[in-house]
Amino acid sequence: MAKEKPDLVYGTLDMLILKALQHDPRHGLGIADRIHQMSKDILHVEQGSLYPALYRLEAQGLIKAEWGISDNNRKARYYKLTAAGRKQLAAEQEHWSRITKGIDLVLSGA
Amino acid sequence: MPQVRAWFYRLLGLLRKKQRDTEMAEEFQQHVDLLTERNIVAGMSAKEARNAALREFGGVEQIKETAREQRIWRWADEFFRDLRFGARMLLRNPGLSILIILCLTLGIGTNAAVLSWIEGILIRPYPLVPHQDRMFALIGTTRGVPGHNGLSYPDFLDLEKNSTLCEAFIVDRITGTTLSVGDRAERATVGIVSANYFDALGVKPILGRGFRPEEGTGRNAYPVAVISYRTWKDRYNFDPNIIGRAQYMNGVQHTIIGVAPERFHGTFIGYSFSFWVPTSMQETFDATGYKLEDRGARWIESYAFLKPGVSRQQAQAELNSISQRLENDFPDTNRGHENQLVPLWKTPFNGAGNMSSTLAITMAVVFLVLLIACANVSNLLLARSLLRRHEMTMRLALGAGRRRLVKQLITEGLLLSLIAAAGGTAVAYWCRNALVLAFPPPLPGTVIDYPGQIDWRVLAASAGICIASTLLFALVPAIRASDVDLSNALKAEAGGVLSGSSRSRLRSALVLVQVSLSFILLAGTGLLLQSLIKMQNASPGFNTNVVASVVDLFSAGYKVDRAKIFHTQLLDRVRTLPGVESAALTRVIPFSYNVFSSAPIEVDGYQPPPNEQPTVEYIEVTEDYFTTLGIPIVSGREFMRTDDENVPPLAIINETMAAKYWSGKNALGQRVKVKDKWMQIVGIAKNANYRTKIETPMPFFYVPLRQNFRVQNTLLIRTRETPGAMMNALAREVHALDANLAPLITDRLQDQIDEISYSQRLAVTLVAIFGAMALFLAAIGLYGVMSYTVSQGTREFGLRMALGAGAKDLLRLVMSRGLQLTGAGIVIGASAAVMLTRLMGNLLYKVSPRDPFAFGTAFVILFVVAFIACFLPALRATRIDPVKALRV
Repeated sequence: MAKEKPDLVYGTLDMLILKALQHDPRHGLGIADRIHQMSKDILHVEQGSLYPALYRLEAQGLIKAEWGISDNNRKARYYKLTAAGRKQLAAEQEHWSRITKGIDLVLSGA
Repeated sequence: MPQVRAWFYRLLGLLRKKQRDTEMAEEFQQHVDLLTERNIVAGMSAKEARNAALREFGGVEQIKETAREQRIWRWADEFFRDLRFGARMLLRNPGLSILIILCLTLGIGTNAAVLSWIEGILIRPYPLVPHQDRMFALIGTTRGVPGHNGLSYPDFLDLEKNSTLCEAFIVDRITGTTLSVGDRAERATVGIVSANYFDALGVKPILGRGFRPEEGTGRNAYPVAVISYRTWKDRYNFDPNIIGRAQYMNGVQHTIIGVAPERFHGTFIGYSFSFWVPTSMQETFDATGYKLEDRGARWIESYAFLKPGVSRQQAQAELNSISQRLENDFPDTNRGHENQLVPLWKTPFNGAGNMSSTLAITMAVVFLVLLIACANVSNLLLARSLLRRHEMTMRLALGAGRRRLVKQLITEGLLLSLIAAAGGTAVAYWCRNALVLAFPPPLPGTVIDYPGQIDWRVLAASAGICIASTLLFALVPAIRASDVDLSNALKAEAGGVLSGSSRSRLRSALVLVQVSLSFILLAGTGLLLQSLIKMQNASPGFNTNVVASVVDLFSAGYKVDRAKIFHTQLLDRVRTLPGVESAALTRVIPFSYNVFSSAPIEVDGYQPPPNEQPTVEYIEVTEDYFTTLGIPIVSGREFMRTDDENVPPLAIINETMAAKYWSGKNALGQRVKVKDKWMQIVGIAKNANYRTKIETPMPFFYVPLRQNFRVQNTLLIRTRETPGAMMNALAREVHALDANLAPLITDRLQDQIDEISYSQRLAVTLVAIFGAMALFLAAIGLYGVMSYTVSQGTREFGLRMALGAGAKDLLRLVMSRGLQLTGAGIVIGASAAVMLTRLMGNLLYKVSPRDPFAFGTAFVILFVVAFIACFLPALRATRIDPVKALRV
């Protein structure tokens, strides 16, 4: 997985995808854009590598896909969070903030 | 949970593979299109925009591959693809595939059938008994005396009372009774069992109850019986009101109190019981008298159940100390007497003892067949691997990974083994019954029930062996493929026929193994056959063309005095019948399952070693016994009609007894003390066989029946008439004496001997079947190798022909290679056989384990078969068209 997202911390892509889908359903490019935008241009997801992660989440039942029409009238596959995905996101967010808080403490410690 | 869900999602993906793939392609396309559009908006040209979009997206095909893994189960996907491909490959070479499957099927099937059968008889003979692993046969032995005897009832009770390591002891004594069926008499097998029998075994009667504790003791106090399912069906027609019904047995009215479950036949391998009665009824069923209070009468066959976690050694140690105490307390009866726990499969008093050596040989033979089958399959797979070398090379050249190739080949191996395992199961299922059909028929009138269930563990084990060998050798092409130098391999394919590459060495080694194993089997079969023939032709020391018949006076309720009158009158009448040369009575006939009498003896001037009680077996016979059976009297005289209770006790001893106890002296006129009676020796008879033809000569003596009359005797008649005609005449005479009686068995002694040599005949039958199978498999192997050699050498043969070699030369070339292999295999096999056949010692009769005739025959058969197996491919070699061969 590491090679798919060199500028992402290992294992965080799934969480970022879930977060990007928190409010609205989006298609693949939309998700990449959303992550880019939310991170204020710091995180850049390699577009293609998004899909294995999307399919994995779909297989796990955390997101659901259906075909829809994009803003510019194109057919696109839209992903949205399922109830399980929402729960998972909450759990991961909580976990992540605990870990980063811990790391912060360690790094800022005397 | 998400993981489990994902697993199912991917499994589902297998079915929707196409749909998901198109969906994915479409989605990627959309994504790239969107990016392209965005780039155009940003001011790029259409072409530039698209290239940039593709760059940004990444390698489409690679991503597809990674993504696909998330959506369908790749491993399974490949597996199914391999399976389809494998099936195609098998069909492309149907002959080879069928041979492989056939070999595996035979190997797995026969192995499973025979091993289950053996397990059923030896290891777990009583399917309804839950704790057979803790069940041991319990026998009595006498120090210094080979063989075994039983337990006495008082000893049995003492063991039961004093043992803390055994959970239960049961008595199980086989006996019989005569029941009338219309106007015919029929023999039924009866078990005299302890009252705890059914409880201890854990067998619950399907109707009624088992015995109550109090029903075990009290002389003839509890005439109750449990009947077998078969008896309930055949004799009582599934009478639902069977419980409480009366059945006369041996003149005593018994009440039927229970019906045993269908698959419970008793605990005496080889026999199916009809009735069980409690030990209290012993006297009613035992013609030799009341024994429940006699510590010296060792009539009980018994089993012990150890407590969980107790080892046989521990229990045996405890039994030893109890036996020692009994020996001290009752020196008169128990001097030198010990009790031994014996594993079920070594049970000496039932069919297991007779069968175990036969089964051991069968097991060895079947294992050899399995080995041959494996060698065969390996060989055929190797041949196949060479046929596929080109394919493997090509796939490697096109970039296939080693792991992928291995996976493919394993799948194909699995496919083969699975088909074979299914076939093997069918064969095993079928063999289970067919094996029993192939057995020589048992004596009419006895029901022999051998369990024939397939043991699934055994089946799995045999299948496992085959599958392992298949997979192992299926992998060879993959291993080889890595050695292949691609450019060279693609250039030249056909090697020389006789090139000594390591591959062909391996194949030759496998053929060697097969040929040598087959030789061992053939030689073994030859030895067994020869010894059977010799045994059949050997004289047991008496005339076997003598009719033997029993009138069951005991079951009819006769007491000794009445029986004596009856038998004397019958003997007189029979002697005057036309065609009768001589007739006599005996208590027990030789070669029967009935036991001879046995007694401790004392001889003037013979000092037995300390702690040893000389015990000799004997039978009670009337005048003319030796004449009727044609046993020569070496010195002295035969018994006479006047040798009855009015003259002092007499005995005739055999030569072995004379030599052992009166060595160097003339025993004639001397005396021997039997129990507490001194008997005068009036004759010395030539040795005869008493139980089997392969027994070592043993001391034995005869006493006049008229001095010690018994109720139950066998009539021996030497006659010119057929047994059938004799039977009719005898039936008339018996009827004239007592209208209620009918003679029971009218058989020649020869039939009895055939019956007793059953295990030898069984061994020969089985070994012959498997020997033939091994030969067949070896022939397939040799044929396969030679055919392959020829097909690979097409080019070389063509070249040789073009250079002037004639058909004869080619024939010689191929044949010599095949026969060289055969010859080497035979040499190896013969040297191994010389070592192995010695192990068959106790099944061989007057045949040396190195008998040249058996070895010679094996050599000839194997050679002829090998010749044919090589000749067919060799013939094909001569038909090669050199022009075509060289153009290929």
